[in-house]
Amino acid sequence: MAYRKTVASVVAAAALLGTSTASFAATDITWWHAMGGALGEVVNKISADYNSSQDACNLTPVYKGGYEDTLTAGIASFRAGEQPNILQVFDAGSATIIGAKGAVVPVQDLLTENGVNFNIEDYISGVRYFYADKDGKMIGMPFNSSSPIMYVNEDALKKAGVEAPKTWEEFEAIAPKLKEAGYIPLAQSHTPWIFVENFMSRHNLQFATNHNGYDGAEGTELVFGPEIKAHFSSLKKWIDDGYYAYYGAGWNDNQAPFNDGKVAFWLGSSGSFGGVAKTVQFPFSATFLPYWKSVIDEGTNTFIGGAALFAMSGKPAEENKCVASFFQYLTSPEVQYMWHRETGYVPITNAAYELAKKDGHYERTPAAEVGIKQLTLPGGEWTKGYRMGFYVQIRDVMNRELGKVFAGEESSEDAFATIKSEGDKLLERFAKTTAQ
Amino acid sequence: MKKVQFDSRLTPYILLLPQLAIVAIFFLWPAAEAVRSSFYLEDPFGFGSTFVGLDNFKDVFADSNYGRVVRFTGVFTFCVTFFSLAIALVLAVKADKVIHGSSAYKTLLMWVYAVAPPVAGLIGIFLFDQHVGPIVKMFKALGWDMRIGVNYNDTGFAMVVVAVWKQIPVNFIFLLSGLQGISKSVQEAAAIDCPSGFRRFWTVTFPLLAPTGFFLLIINITYALFDTFGVIDVLLKTQPGDDPITLVYKVYQDGFRGNDLGGSSAQSVILMVVVFVLTVIQFRLIERRVHYN
Repeated sequence: MAYRKTVASVVAAAALLGTSTASFAATDITWWHAMGGALGEVVNKISADYNSSQDACNLTPVYKGGYEDTLTAGIASFRAGEQPNILQVFDAGSATIIGAKGAVVPVQDLLTENGVNFNIEDYISGVRYFYADKDGKMIGMPFNSSSPIMYVNEDALKKAGVEAPKTWEEFEAIAPKLKEAGYIPLAQSHTPWIFVENFMSRHNLQFATNHNGYDGAEGTELVFGPEIKAHFSSLKKWIDDGYYAYYGAGWNDNQAPFNDGKVAFWLGSSGSFGGVAKTVQFPFSATFLPYWKSVIDEGTNTFIGGAALFAMSGKPAEENKCVASFFQYLTSPEVQYMWHRETGYVPITNAAYELAKKDGHYERTPAAEVGIKQLTLPGGEWTKGYRMGFYVQIRDVMNRELGKVFAGEESSEDAFATIKSEGDKLLERFAKTTAQ
Repeated sequence: MKKVQFDSRLTPYILLLPQLAIVAIFFLWPAAEAVRSSFYLEDPFGFGSTFVGLDNFKDVFADSNYGRVVRFTGVFTFCVTFFSLAIALVLAVKADKVIHGSSAYKTLLMWVYAVAPPVAGLIGIFLFDQHVGPIVKMFKALGWDMRIGVNYNDTGFAMVVVAVWKQIPVNFIFLLSGLQGISKSVQEAAAIDCPSGFRRFWTVTFPLLAPTGFFLLIINITYALFDTFGVIDVLLKTQPGDDPITLVYKVYQDGFRGNDLGGSSAQSVILMVVVFVLTVIQFRLIERRVHYN
């Protein structure tokens, strides 16, 4: 056995020597992510650039499939003691990983312990506390951050002789004209994210008890006021009048009609910007997510969507040092600006935002700034974020019940009653999983 | 007949060991683990877990949506089993009679067998796409405004069509070889006694096909319950929304997407019991009526 081990290590050493002498002494760290396609290429570029920027660490990014697959793979590997150093976890999964005390090293501790300057005020306001604990300590490093915004088909506006609406009241007023001009006025790609979660943030409405769930899983319950029920009643009415079209829970099914020029306004992610720009054949612009003037005078900032990077625990100190050094590299203005420019996700630090402004990025492409502007709007008590466990399933319940509302099978009132009862049940169950 | 005896009493067990080990590692152990975790609510990362007794099962049955999933699974399984067997039987009977170019026909009917379920799902997505799918356009021309992914029944219909299409070749291969296994002398004797081909089929050919049919019935029910997962997942684009799902898909959705290990385990235990009962019923009731030579 000992003999075999020696042979194996000699062979391994010889192989390493053969490839590169520079990386021989480097500490290897791995990063599991969910960025496929063009986004994955940018992730690979960031990793390669990081590796060539220094000699001490060697980062290997690994694509693990969609957000859910990546989280599940991360969990399975953690239970087997084979976790990666960095795991990308999406917004809806953040309560799961943050709730598991001891699964991650809080990014704020990681950075300060390894001598990296950390000031939470450096991060833009909409991003700052979304992945933080109840005391405001940052647990996950925000990575690909986006927010729902409204994309506008300029041709449609011209034909109908109208302007992009700021509020839903304005939308209601111009929708008949757009319909007359031959357009479907409205479509959107993610009902729970855009029409529920960010309905709450845009109108500064409470989403859950326990400060939207940040205070702890125990006793957290969903809160749905009359405003959101009225919103979905309006949406159903708009479907009947031909002002809004719902194409199911799939993202692309709802984006395709906009790309084809059939839909005037499409609510999507600020991160969709790059894809839309490459696909559409008509002039387009983007603007803030509309709000109901009757609910709030000025719409507040929205939540971020997307995902964060978590440093998994149970790793040797020198690997953690490398993770800290990579996070420092990743949050540098230049890298953030590159990420922002290439993908359309927002830059997460004020310095990176300033750099993008100074470089004239927003004069060239004004639509690229809408997401970050919306995230930095004045906030309120309920616009920090939300923290709920089993949230992936709660979103599934929302998609199911709200789909029934759109299909005319159920009233908005009944749908939210079901979402609340099933959602609260899930939250109660989640609280039990974390009880020791 | 000469009696064959092993030299040692241990030899047969040693020969059985690899198979038993596979059953134990890949079936018994995970099944026991599922039963155990169905009584717990567990933090996905494995830090804490609470014994909750039968609460997971109570929660499953209290869930208004679970009944809907059970109903759809029942309808789906029946439709997929019935149509894939019926269509394959018609095709096999017809193909059995073809003399010229029979291998070309058979190959054409069988090639779908080589298509993996997710690929079949993808092809289904192209055909049933709500914006550009040719099948959707065809039905629209006939006055059916099909909305896959939005309308519950339309999506269910698409799932059945793709699942049946994928399963026909397997049934076809087995039924055809079953038909070819029926001896010519029996068929010719029947032809002398009864001039009606239709009656001859139901009174002679069909009963002789029964062993194959029974085997296929079990295979098809298992297929519809479990192996259609790939087709369904791809057709739903991993976002079920208000669309129909089967029991297995719900286990996956809650366990692997939602990380609710306890609830998902409880569901898979329920599913295990259902399959166990089904198999017993099949062997007890139906097999008695099947004649093997």
